[in-house]
Amino acid sequence: MADRPRLGREDVAHVAALARLSLSDAELDHFTEQLAQVLDHAEDVASLDLSGVAPTAHALALTNVVRDDVPVPSLDRDEVLAAAPEVEDHRFRVPPILGEAP
Amino acid sequence: MPARAPAVRLADDVRTGRRSAREIADAALAAIVADDPGVGAFTLVTEDLARRQADAVDRAVAEGRDPGPMAGVPVGLKDNLCTRGIPTTCSSRILAGWRPPYDATVVERLRGAGAVVVGKTNMDEFAMGSSTETSATGPTRNPHDPLRVPGGSSGGSAASVAAGFVPVALGSDTGGSVRQPAALCGVVGLKPTYGTVSRYGLVAFASSLDQIGPLTTTVADAALVYDVIGGHDPLDSTSLERPHPRVADVLDDGVAGLTVGVVTELVDAAAADVAGSVAAAAEALAAAGARVEDVSIPETRLGLSAYYLIAPGEASSNLARYDGVRYGLRVAAPDTTAMNVATRTAGFGDEVKRRIMLGTYVLSAGYVDAYYNQALRARTRMIAAFDAAYARFDALIGPTSPTTAFPLGSKIDDPMAMYRNDVCTIPSNLTGQPAVSIPFGAGADGLPVGVQVLGPSLEEATVLRMAAVLEAAAPPGTPPVPVGASSTGGAVR
Repeated sequence: MADRPRLGREDVAHVAALARLSLSDAELDHFTEQLAQVLDHAEDVASLDLSGVAPTAHALALTNVVRDDVPVPSLDRDEVLAAAPEVEDHRFRVPPILGEAP
Repeated sequence: MPARAPAVRLADDVRTGRRSAREIADAALAAIVADDPGVGAFTLVTEDLARRQADAVDRAVAEGRDPGPMAGVPVGLKDNLCTRGIPTTCSSRILAGWRPPYDATVVERLRGAGAVVVGKTNMDEFAMGSSTETSATGPTRNPHDPLRVPGGSSGGSAASVAAGFVPVALGSDTGGSVRQPAALCGVVGLKPTYGTVSRYGLVAFASSLDQIGPLTTTVADAALVYDVIGGHDPLDSTSLERPHPRVADVLDDGVAGLTVGVVTELVDAAAADVAGSVAAAAEALAAAGARVEDVSIPETRLGLSAYYLIAPGEASSNLARYDGVRYGLRVAAPDTTAMNVATRTAGFGDEVKRRIMLGTYVLSAGYVDAYYNQALRARTRMIAAFDAAYARFDALIGPTSPTTAFPLGSKIDDPMAMYRNDVCTIPSNLTGQPAVSIPFGAGADGLPVGVQVLGPSLEEATVLRMAAVLEAAAPPGTPPVPVGASSTGGAVR
């Protein structure tokens, strides 16, 4: 195994915060051990010398795909907004952001 | 009587007026209502839609119009395929009750071909799992044994076909999620070449790996469905712009003269009874005129780790969209960030949280090169290794799953043990190549075994030809499940 430190509780707390997830202390312990086991297994790939091998993000040789600039009907606004938790004046409504008053 | 007849025959009956689409739909719906409580294959039965679509097919027949190649064929749709105005939940609390504003392209193509949608099928939450146990609404049971899992993540689709409710269901395959449940339920499951079937309207899990495919009772039905749903779609920027030649026409071409490699590393990953089925399949192909040899592809051993770094990475990005703003669950909180956190914490189950956190970690500064980028380099290695194998062989075979169906609850608390179920199916997702699982014999426990045929990109015709030969040669190890037998399993939820 490489000299990477094993995934710890504080790492999981950090990524949970980044991913907008809240974990109890018990969940933090539980997930830390489970995720560390997955990363332990991943050492078979992480420890390989693959310098000089180009990464493949996609099995297809992708190129940008653009369609002709012709107007076509888009999704129905009311149908889209009907699925939203909260709507006001044909817009998505959210609670206050950046500490502003509601 | 449910739709135990293959789709090809049902469509022929409807097209020639021997049976009505409505009569077939009503029979399928009645069977689901009567017997699905013991299986739990469906999360939603779309009775009104099914009857409307069936009546439209019958009108076309009556008026002399072409009702399509799947006229009157009842189909189940994995619940990550968007259906306009009809709940699409990905078996997650965070999308409970969500009604998409559009249909997936595959749903439109099925309807255009005359197919009749009878319901949405249960799945592992957001397609993350190999047993259908991570579904927020409870597991699906294997129709062959109600105490066993059906596999996953398309477990509801596989069980719906195995139980005889529908001859065809669609699933999605990111690391084996069509093929592995097909193997565990004793049905046929095809993962097409990446880019041949539009992903428009498939709720994204890992976009560079996801591909939609059919689960059916016969190889001919898999070919029929692939011919219907495949082909270029301008709404999916990864959809290949190329002709989509019919594969249904070449199924009888046999395997004489083809060279087939039996992948040593995949066989070594399997239990002895499963490996025995692969050996028997190799003999059957040789008897049918193929040249069969063992081949070692050591890079397949890198697949499991590479996949469980790449797929969570992509998932963590794709699932960032569930923030309680535009659709799905919202849990009230005083400010937007707190609302995002409360919504995601309540809306996602443990397996989805694990993958989001794992993906966030392997993409984070300081670790992205050691893990995620390293996995992408391993992916390059694997593609090169399979390209080299396909320079020597027309196709490869191996097991689909290391074991037959395992008991409910036996792996759900051990993520690594669950992930190992995918070891034989992952390579084709990383390479983007086609593969099909075909039932071939039974394990020591009497449960179905799937043998996998893998081929080079765009060689669906080759893998399906080989699957047809195996289908004809398969030992009578796994009798079809009698409808109603599943009711001994008791209610699932």
